[in-house]
Amino acid sequence: MNIHEYQAKELFDRFSVPSPKGKVAATTKEAFDAAKWLDVKNLVVKAQVHAGGRGKGTFKNGFKGGVHLVDSPESVRDIAGKMLGETLVTKQTGETGRLVRKVMIAESVTIKKELYLAILMDRATGCPVIIASTEGGMDIEEVAERTPEKILREVIHPLAGLQAYQVRKLCHQLGLTTTARQYGRMLHALYKLFIECDCSMVEINPVVITTDDHVYALDAKFNFDDNALYRHPEIAAMRDLEEEDPREVAAAQHELNYIGLDGNIACLVNGAGLAMATMDIIKHHGGEPANFLDVGGGASKDQVSAAFKIILGDPNVRGIFINIFGGIMDCNIVAEGVVAAARETGLSLPLVVRLEGNNVAAGKATLAASGLNIESADGMDDGAARIVAAVS
Amino acid sequence: MAILIDESTKVLVQGITGAFGARHAKLSLEYGTQIVAGVTPQKGGQLFENAVPIFDTVGDAVKETGATASAIFVPPAFAADAILEAVDAGVDLVVCITEGIPVMDMMRVKSMMTGSKTRLVGPNCPGLVTPGTGKDSHGGCRIGIAPGYIHKRGNVGVVSRSGTLTYEAVWQLTRLGYGQSTCVGIGGDPINGTSHLDVLRMFNEDPETEAIIMIGEIGGTAEVEAARWAREHCKKPIAGFIAGATAPPGRRMGHAGAIVGGEEDTAQAKKAILAECGIAVAETPGIMAKTLLERWGK
Repeated sequence: MNIHEYQAKELFDRFSVPSPKGKVAATTKEAFDAAKWLDVKNLVVKAQVHAGGRGKGTFKNGFKGGVHLVDSPESVRDIAGKMLGETLVTKQTGETGRLVRKVMIAESVTIKKELYLAILMDRATGCPVIIASTEGGMDIEEVAERTPEKILREVIHPLAGLQAYQVRKLCHQLGLTTTARQYGRMLHALYKLFIECDCSMVEINPVVITTDDHVYALDAKFNFDDNALYRHPEIAAMRDLEEEDPREVAAAQHELNYIGLDGNIACLVNGAGLAMATMDIIKHHGGEPANFLDVGGGASKDQVSAAFKIILGDPNVRGIFINIFGGIMDCNIVAEGVVAAARETGLSLPLVVRLEGNNVAAGKATLAASGLNIESADGMDDGAARIVAAVS
Repeated sequence: MAILIDESTKVLVQGITGAFGARHAKLSLEYGTQIVAGVTPQKGGQLFENAVPIFDTVGDAVKETGATASAIFVPPAFAADAILEAVDAGVDLVVCITEGIPVMDMMRVKSMMTGSKTRLVGPNCPGLVTPGTGKDSHGGCRIGIAPGYIHKRGNVGVVSRSGTLTYEAVWQLTRLGYGQSTCVGIGGDPINGTSHLDVLRMFNEDPETEAIIMIGEIGGTAEVEAARWAREHCKKPIAGFIAGATAPPGRRMGHAGAIVGGEEDTAQAKKAILAECGIAVAETPGIMAKTLLERWGK
């Protein structure tokens, strides 16, 4: 799950991670009031969307830039008016862009130095690891590639937590002197936030040192462990469904795991590994998968029906491939679900079904007896080849 | 022989009275597995299916029945605690089926298990099967949620992160007439107890295992580490498959662990390394068994 920049700031404030003073606004009046409240000369107005590249983005109304530096509450109101209710297109949003519902008004600080800081869960060691670098404000993967010696890694013991010597070591390696104490406090606070909020990643790029020697977290990206959201209702409440693919939201409501892709062959599969492998096998036979869809181990008739409606909601879909290995799940129940859903939705697209496993003969008989135009496949490769042929 | 479990393994089930645990404990009993105890706090003294005694604690269950393996079916919020209880009770093997355990919980469990004699398989896994010699492999040891009847006793070891892909490989083998020594589902979570490499080592040492299928997916470097070890040390033919060639970067593909990270971390890169290490890589998941048999010279 992702959150907005202003929500990240709320978390920073709660855990005492220093960041420039700021407020969120949903109207031009709120933006004006926020700027008055800030009572500083240098202000910044930032469009709130879940996508990077805002500064270089363009609004569909022609206004350029999702981040603007201004010097008065009046100009804040003016700029906010050009962003709110408008659609921002950045290199990460795709052509459709994202509707800006809120803007953040913050104090703009004068930067002397930009650093990079992240904490993430490292699967290889099973421990949290801090990644720090003097090369802030740029693409960290590029830094890692060009100058790997500038990437510092510090593994934290899961039970002992971040130790004082580790903070001293990082400050020393980063060459911090007058700001070391502030940076250290920020690191301890950020580690506490990372652990207590069940984050899988927190990335601050950049951490800035201002001309008057203050250390601030300027822009942050959070990833939370979805498995742990049940114990963080306040974080779960930060979820902005408007920023997510509506098909993925609908799928989640039926406990289906759906991810939309660009192809034209929809697939419906049980099991995450098999669902991935099904996308791969479609590609192998020359097709393009339209989605990842895992209906889980014990899919019910209702879930199969809901899954059908979700994949048919994608206008690019030209054919459907159902790949089910019914180990314990009864293949005939799946077949009945497929037939019911196909009838209910008046399906006219090619449909190939590969069933294997428990009670498979009855399942195939149900498909054959339905009178619907359903092709029954003999194995995964055969199924993939058939659906690719049917849509091309 | 087989690895980790065989027909004489005594198994207890934590969470045996929940719908999911009960269903699969019953299927294991029907398969002929020695399910000797169940554990549900505050339900001690009852019987499961009129035959299996239920205890309040794992410690009691172990003391009274001599169980050496535990299957965990408790809900995600309580699963980490259940694993640690089994470790404390001294079982040799804990198989955690539960899906959706917070990663921080598993991080602490893994750290606390350092130096313990207990092996953890999972979480978020289908479990293990050592097939029996009866009809439809009846009489074997089934811990978890895999369908028993697709197996056949034999000499191929199977290790995988994914449940349904394991079943695909097993079913392909069985239909071609080749049985399995043990099938191990290690689970799809980013932090788990047993790795591909751990299982390859065991298969390599197991006299009954003659050939191996290793199934992996995008995310992490576990398959790569296993392959590099196998190049130097594994005496047995291996076929591999990696799922997720078409997965978009940065998206979690169902399994919490299945997410493409950096450039090295793609299905294509993993497949190339597997091949370099002498593993026969199946082009599609439909031909995993066939690919192994070709490499094996069958």
